[in-house]
Amino acid sequence: MSWNTFATVAETKKALDAKQVSAVELAKHYLSRVSSINPALNAFITIDPEKTLSEALAQDNRRAKGEAAPLLGVPIAHKDIYLIDGWRTTCGSKMLENFVAPYSSTVVKNMADAGMVTLGKLNMDEFAMGSSNETSYFGTVKNPWDLSRVPGGSSGGSAASVAAGLTPASTGTDTGGSIRQPAMFCNLTGLKPTYGVCSRYGIIAFASSLDQAGPFAQTAEDCALLLSAMAGFDPHDATSLDRPKEDYSRDLSKPLKGLRIGLPKEFFGDGVAPGIAKAVDEALDVYRKLGATTVEVSLPNVKYSVPAYYVVAPAEASSNLSRFDGARFGHRAKDYTDIVDMYKRSRAEGFGAEVKRRILIGTYVLSHGYYDAYYLQAGKLRRLIAEDFKKAYEVCDVVMGPTAPEGAFQFGAKSDDPVKMYLNDIFTICANLTGQPAMSHPCGVDKDTGQFVGMHIIGNYLDEARMLNVAHQYQLATEWHKKHPAL
Amino acid sequence: MSLSAQDIERIAHLARIRVSPDEVAQVQAKLEGIFKLIDDMQSVNTQGVEPMSHGLDMVLRLRDDAVTEVNQREKFQSNAPAAADGYFLVPKVIE
Amino acid sequence: MNWEVVIGLETHVQLTTASKIFSGSSTAFGAAPNTQASVVDLAMPGALPVMNKGAAERAVKFGLAIGANINRRSIFARKNYFYPDLPKGYQISQFETPIVQGGGLTITLDDGSTKFIELTRAHLEEDAGKSVHEQFDHESGVDLNRAGTPLLEIVTEPVMRSGKEAIAYAKALHNLVRYLDICDGNMQEGSFRCDVNVSVRPMGQKEFGTRREIKNLNSFKFMQQAIDYEVRWQIEQIEDGKKIVQATVLFNPDTGETRAMRTKEDAMDYRYFPDPDLPPLVIDDAMFDRIKASMPELPESKCARYMNEFKLSEYDARLLSQDRATSEFFETAVNAKADPKLVANWMLGELSASLNREEKTIEQSPIRPSQLAKLVIRVADGTLNNKKAKELLDHLWTAPPIAATFNMTLPAPTFGLAATVAPRQTEETDIDDVIEAKGLKQISDVGAIEKIVDEVLAKSSAQIADYKSGKEKALMSIVGMVMKASAGKANPAQVNELVKKKLS
Repeated sequence: MSWNTFATVAETKKALDAKQVSAVELAKHYLSRVSSINPALNAFITIDPEKTLSEALAQDNRRAKGEAAPLLGVPIAHKDIYLIDGWRTTCGSKMLENFVAPYSSTVVKNMADAGMVTLGKLNMDEFAMGSSNETSYFGTVKNPWDLSRVPGGSSGGSAASVAAGLTPASTGTDTGGSIRQPAMFCNLTGLKPTYGVCSRYGIIAFASSLDQAGPFAQTAEDCALLLSAMAGFDPHDATSLDRPKEDYSRDLSKPLKGLRIGLPKEFFGDGVAPGIAKAVDEALDVYRKLGATTVEVSLPNVKYSVPAYYVVAPAEASSNLSRFDGARFGHRAKDYTDIVDMYKRSRAEGFGAEVKRRILIGTYVLSHGYYDAYYLQAGKLRRLIAEDFKKAYEVCDVVMGPTAPEGAFQFGAKSDDPVKMYLNDIFTICANLTGQPAMSHPCGVDKDTGQFVGMHIIGNYLDEARMLNVAHQYQLATEWHKKHPAL
Repeated sequence: MSLSAQDIERIAHLARIRVSPDEVAQVQAKLEGIFKLIDDMQSVNTQGVEPMSHGLDMVLRLRDDAVTEVNQREKFQSNAPAAADGYFLVPKVIE
Repeated sequence: MNWEVVIGLETHVQLTTASKIFSGSSTAFGAAPNTQASVVDLAMPGALPVMNKGAAERAVKFGLAIGANINRRSIFARKNYFYPDLPKGYQISQFETPIVQGGGLTITLDDGSTKFIELTRAHLEEDAGKSVHEQFDHESGVDLNRAGTPLLEIVTEPVMRSGKEAIAYAKALHNLVRYLDICDGNMQEGSFRCDVNVSVRPMGQKEFGTRREIKNLNSFKFMQQAIDYEVRWQIEQIEDGKKIVQATVLFNPDTGETRAMRTKEDAMDYRYFPDPDLPPLVIDDAMFDRIKASMPELPESKCARYMNEFKLSEYDARLLSQDRATSEFFETAVNAKADPKLVANWMLGELSASLNREEKTIEQSPIRPSQLAKLVIRVADGTLNNKKAKELLDHLWTAPPIAATFNMTLPAPTFGLAATVAPRQTEETDIDDVIEAKGLKQISDVGAIEKIVDEVLAKSSAQIADYKSGKEKALMSIVGMVMKASAGKANPAQVNELVKKKLS
């Protein structure tokens, strides 16, 4: 059997439903690709062919019994931040190097119920803190398009694996752009839904009020299928939105005539690489041809996104990571004098430099005397930014701009200076701060650098179906998303 | 604003992360830049603005008071660095 | 130098929910270590808190009972610090916006005077786990069964001025939370734990002195001892020219001393911030109204009702309404048609004395309310005089419950069939049966009494002479002899009347 490695999820589902291929065959195909290609990319942290094949068999058996499920037999790989019962789950960290999850995250369960088969656990920046996948304890991930460049982060493995055809789809998480920016760097479509749409239960927490689960795939159509499987109310998560399940594919084929695209002037300034600006402009022309109109909007407070984020995210993370103390699970230092020493050494040894930095920042901004000036101030800025968007949506349906100011960079280019690294997220962060849905889809190449450009779409709350429709229509009219690296 | 070495030591202690004396200087340098970035926020007048942490005004959902969990001690202690007689073991704590 | 003692109390009250405040684990006491600890309680990666409705309801109930302001929108905050019994490295508590604010409790002191103790606030939070330090050689063992049990932390203003006031408040609070069924009040099991803040200042000084906090007192007796010692110690220190340093102290019941645990000069920086995993707790109108409607009658209203409806004195009414078990006992007896005043007298007199003598609580009383009611009815209708009633009480107290052989209702035996035959029931001992069996009935028949009176008068010439010469006491002596002659059964009032008549 020869299987088209780069078949989309939609195509794969069709083939499975038509019994042209089985879950087991697909699992074997992708496991074989992982085995030969992953060593060069380091996209996976954990593979377990036995478990994978047993899952695939179980899904095939469901089909044989006449059961139906939306993605029955389709393979999926999960960012190593999702707990899966019985699988090692490391979060890219030495702290959890040998941690075997005792329960599964709700999103993983939902996808398994939908029939998906786990191919393995994907590499990521340690504790999701990073924009280049250079901070993982398990080594960097290479961009399949250019092995000297980063795939983006923190969901670097999630992006690299799909781009390289090691899996038709993957899950990531997005706290400040960690799905969207790697999607751009690897020429993929990635989406972060509205905060609360996907359950956070069983996903290792980084910044609780910003984290969201989301899919990576080659197309918007695929993302819609995946999101429909992932999303839904979860009683185990108090921040999960209690609302009926949605079919995110329902509006894909709507024509874009009448669509109003808002273009914030703050997203088109000097900081954007000229090659990226040009590619985005050309993409906007395509949108106009499809019937959309563009209108300039202003988000005056959006420039405070990055500072506000670098207060809120580290603050919440510093508290969320306190449980990693070597007492009940995770890394414990070998030698220590007393319990305080045990905590200090275990955490110093278990956490990498970036994680430690963020914990220290977070501890500081919450500490006595600084709370008002930092954490409280950042919270107020979140509201101002959200109000800016609210005003913008009075005159437009979606907001667009480039996903990142620069494309995939060389390894080490930014790892010296944390601030340089942080500015990668300058466009994506606002959607995490406000909780709005946002996505990135391929829209061309920066002719100066040869790197891919992503179109960033920020929707109003709970408007995922429309955003996916917008991206899908663009993808029907263009070919960027159909390119694949030669691997 | 800049952090002194004492600040770093104090925060490291609060966060229970061992930072050796030579590391303190390194940490100081890296954090310096980050704090400059954060301080940008200070110029905004936010008087009268309500802070926000969840975009769609969420309210805490209440679960019925019922026991829904069962004993899974063995499974949950399988990752423990040290455990005995059902207890998690840690270095002796002197109150 | 005249010293004034300033005391404030912080009480941690474990709520009577079946499951924990943020997880579905059981809160039952005494389970094997870590058998009631879910991924949430163990702070596993990815675990999230989910709020228990029952905990919120109990907090609101408490707030309504003490006339406090219920914050209809309150916030959970993280209190960050590292300790092995705190698995997340933070405790979910409430900081700036607690669910209950203000309110207070009236306490009654030994001399009968009352004082209103203002409360600052009450907030919801989770309990920590437990550590054992003696079981392992070089290690401490951590048990997280208790981690996540819902607590209501109740804080008073620093308005108490003596150890006695503090104890009175602690007892009143203890009563109230059990009254409301929000806490079982079991101090040995740690359901009700008091921390006492103590400071002293020269009488008349406006500023407070530096306070020390005595932690984890789990009995009223120890609380009294600890406060007494601490006050003496602080005064001695100051008089010796030493300064009081803010500290947390523990009481050693064996030595009777308080000792500083850790100094608070390096006061913990808890880095409180609103918990992003928990949106604001909103008590909507429907919930608020439902809780309000489910409130039991509270001690204050009961007291007033006992005074108005039953014409009890304030003193008696207060004693009977103060605690739930006592008020239920009283009301059950009254509902069985016994005269309230008589029931009150017997409860606060003989019954109370017997209970105190054996250090029993009213729940442990061998005499049931229906029995007391019957006794009181028999006294009122003249069947028993007080002396015989007391004998009856004593008998009931010590007699084991017996199956009344002739008025038990058992299903007729069905031979050979697998019918359910009720096990032999231990009925309450019937009062009338005992009166009959022990011949306690009062003699009220005038003729019978007269007979005895005449017999006694015939032998009492000396006393008669004394009486006739003005000695009133002689009458009592004669009455006493008649009572004795009747084996105590004669109706004393009638005897008195009859003797007087015959001697006039």
